[in-house]
Amino acid sequence: MKQRQAVIVLIMALVLLMPVWGLTADLKIGLKSEPSSMDPHYHNLTPNNMMSIWVFDKLVKQDHKQNLKPGLAVSWKPVDDLTWEFKLRKGVKFHDGSPFTAEDVKFTLERAPKVPNSPSSFSSYIKHINKIEIVDPLTIRLSTADPFPLMPTYMATFTIISKKHGQGAETKDYNSGKAMIGTGPYKFVEWVPGDRIVYERNENYWGGAEPWEKVIVQPKTNAAARVAALLAGDVDMIDFIPTADIEKLQKNPEFAISKSVSNRVIYLHIDSDRDVSPFVTDKDGKALDKNPLKDVRVRRAISKAINRPAIVSRVMEGNAIAAGQLLPDGFFAISPDLKPEKFDPEGAKKLLAEAGYADGFGLTIHGPNNRYVNDAKICQAIAQMLTRIGIKTKVDTMPKNVFFPRGTKLEFSFMLVGWGSGTGEPSSPLRALLHTYNKETGYGGTNRGRFSNKALDEALEEALRTVDREKHKQLLVKATEIAMQDLGIIPLHYQVNIWGMRKGLTFTARTDGYTLASAVREAK
Amino acid sequence: MLVFIIRRTFQSAAVLLLMSLLVFIGVYAIGNPVDILISPEATPQEYADAVKALGLDRPMWEQYGVFFINALKGDLGNSFVFNEPALKLIVQRMPATLELAFGAMFIAVILGIPLGMIAGIKSESITGRAIMSGSILGFSLPTFWVGLMLIMLFAVILGWLPASGRGACVDVWGVPVSFLTLDGLSHIILPAFNLGLFKLSLTIRLTRAGTRENLQFDYVKFARAKGLSNFRVIGVHVLKNILIPVVTVLGLELGNVIAFAVVTETVFAWPGMGKLIIDSIGVLDRPVIVAYLLITVVMFILINFTVDILYSILDPRVRLGDIKA
Repeated sequence: MKQRQAVIVLIMALVLLMPVWGLTADLKIGLKSEPSSMDPHYHNLTPNNMMSIWVFDKLVKQDHKQNLKPGLAVSWKPVDDLTWEFKLRKGVKFHDGSPFTAEDVKFTLERAPKVPNSPSSFSSYIKHINKIEIVDPLTIRLSTADPFPLMPTYMATFTIISKKHGQGAETKDYNSGKAMIGTGPYKFVEWVPGDRIVYERNENYWGGAEPWEKVIVQPKTNAAARVAALLAGDVDMIDFIPTADIEKLQKNPEFAISKSVSNRVIYLHIDSDRDVSPFVTDKDGKALDKNPLKDVRVRRAISKAINRPAIVSRVMEGNAIAAGQLLPDGFFAISPDLKPEKFDPEGAKKLLAEAGYADGFGLTIHGPNNRYVNDAKICQAIAQMLTRIGIKTKVDTMPKNVFFPRGTKLEFSFMLVGWGSGTGEPSSPLRALLHTYNKETGYGGTNRGRFSNKALDEALEEALRTVDREKHKQLLVKATEIAMQDLGIIPLHYQVNIWGMRKGLTFTARTDGYTLASAVREAK
Repeated sequence: MLVFIIRRTFQSAAVLLLMSLLVFIGVYAIGNPVDILISPEATPQEYADAVKALGLDRPMWEQYGVFFINALKGDLGNSFVFNEPALKLIVQRMPATLELAFGAMFIAVILGIPLGMIAGIKSESITGRAIMSGSILGFSLPTFWVGLMLIMLFAVILGWLPASGRGACVDVWGVPVSFLTLDGLSHIILPAFNLGLFKLSLTIRLTRAGTRENLQFDYVKFARAKGLSNFRVIGVHVLKNILIPVVTVLGLELGNVIAFAVVTETVFAWPGMGKLIIDSIGVLDRPVIVAYLLITVVMFILINFTVDILYSILDPRVRLGDIKA
């Protein structure tokens, strides 16, 4: 008798402790990476920026192709060469019901560049502003010392927080949820690091309430485990499907796939500056006393020797697009004339001979092995292609935490890297990768090949001073063309972003790779 | 006893000091975490600011000195990535790992001892041989692969258990635990089994060897001669004797399971300390790496210490003064 009672008590206890299952309007998403913080301005990092727009809004929104669209600002225009005016949206409320005004924008602009201990701050996008003027509660003017055409573009890089809740709040107050009061489509519920982030919908969202009552985001860093979680039905959707699993999922009628070309170009960065480069040798491995990579004909030969369609179809299994410039078709200010270099090994050999390297030379390609899709395999393919035209190439790949610090210290001669343009236009890679390195002005900060071309520098600097949108665009196109003709970098391909989801869901795939619940809908 | 404790304490302090120094130099040698953490669009000025904010502009020995003085006050520094105290981050994730580790040990003991005894008693039978062959697989198959296979079989094909993650938690004295809910239990079974598989094989082998050995002893013959039932002879008298080595070895293995659950936690997306350390190494988050390894060392020191003391209590022939560190 006693035993039976014990069993009943046990069962009752289990039932009481059991969680509530199976609410249909819930959405569960498994993601490759987790944000390092909920504070929207602590760390300028893709997962952080992505999660911040669930709860907060930007002045200017980027649509799924990274075109600029009205966000908290309904319109913007330059009042004169040095001042931009933003008209703010009427009737927007924060999650606690307090109204959104220009004061919140001002507060954000003051806080975002100087969050304490930030490992990567947003100051790049804000520091040019030297005066913030609130004209009326729904109009704000931002002034700069020099003409600044990128203002709307940069206002689409960070989210606006509430002054009321942000004053005195530290990063930890955002992590705990105390200060997570935004205007966005979802309200923040909780973050259990490594386990889950929970959101519930904002019934009063200015853009219309979302269909999902509750969204749970779970980090699943291991690709195989992430795919298994989708197959097992633990989650409704995942991002970054490994290329090897795509075909399997496509064939399975229970699942659907959504793809988009990304804003990330994979390219080769070349030491085109130093007279003696550490990994340039003769064919026997002895150091060369001059650097053939300084010669544009040698760089052109390398580009011609690479069979891009083969990399796309074999290494990437079709999930990439051969690249001829910094951003794929459809983005702002891309050059209509630049096409991917044709595979031409004979022409490459001829160019090498012209440059005085008919016998070729030795080179090492360095690359990360856990950063980009199939990065180490691409390095191997390229080494083989170059060896075929006489450039005897060794491969050395390493984890990203070793690769990037060494690359920044200029320890390599020839490396595989990628660049995703968060701003969705080419000034970002032109400024950081291709402009001559200049410590004072901040140009060329990531120019690990120390490429330098005066004409490019001038075109880019002029573009960055030209507020007229059409002229600005033409100058960026010009700078891109100079960079590609002089081969400051050798573009290989654009990555493709791939999401997988259970049947019955649709997702608007995004070039920036962001997974947003607001882009997921139940299929009709 | 007192001399032993004092000597041990000094030795432990020396180990901790050496450990922290080694990790510090090691991570310093790999590179600058700012290179990984910072947005590639950052200008050299912003780069320099970030380096300064994290205190990485100072010479190595000075950074270590600051760390050392703060560590004496119990502050192991703030994570570069999360901007929260490293110790807090680790302690926050500790319950998940402990739960998984104890679950794994529980499975190892509950299944391992009976299976090992069966294999010991019927060592020549098919059952006995099958158990032993199975334990060889448990030893030799890589955890990573077994984990994925478990997920494929039980989660994807059969659909009985969830593929990954931790289930619903309830607070017990402020500590969130998941094994008290049905959802939590269903989540913990696969990872705990995966983590415990190696220990399970170890337990089977230890138990089998002990059982076979003990069955030869006179006390077993005497008990049988006295007319005790087979069940009582094996289930009480033999079991008691084989437990001593099993408990000693598993006690030491517990430390291993807690500290190195990394692979299982990664495959099953289990939010424990192991995943934290792997992620932290990936971005060279030195304060977290140092704090984690220090905690691990302290844990091993404590476990060894306890085992030594227990050993001297269990076996009076052993004198603590003779045990070296």
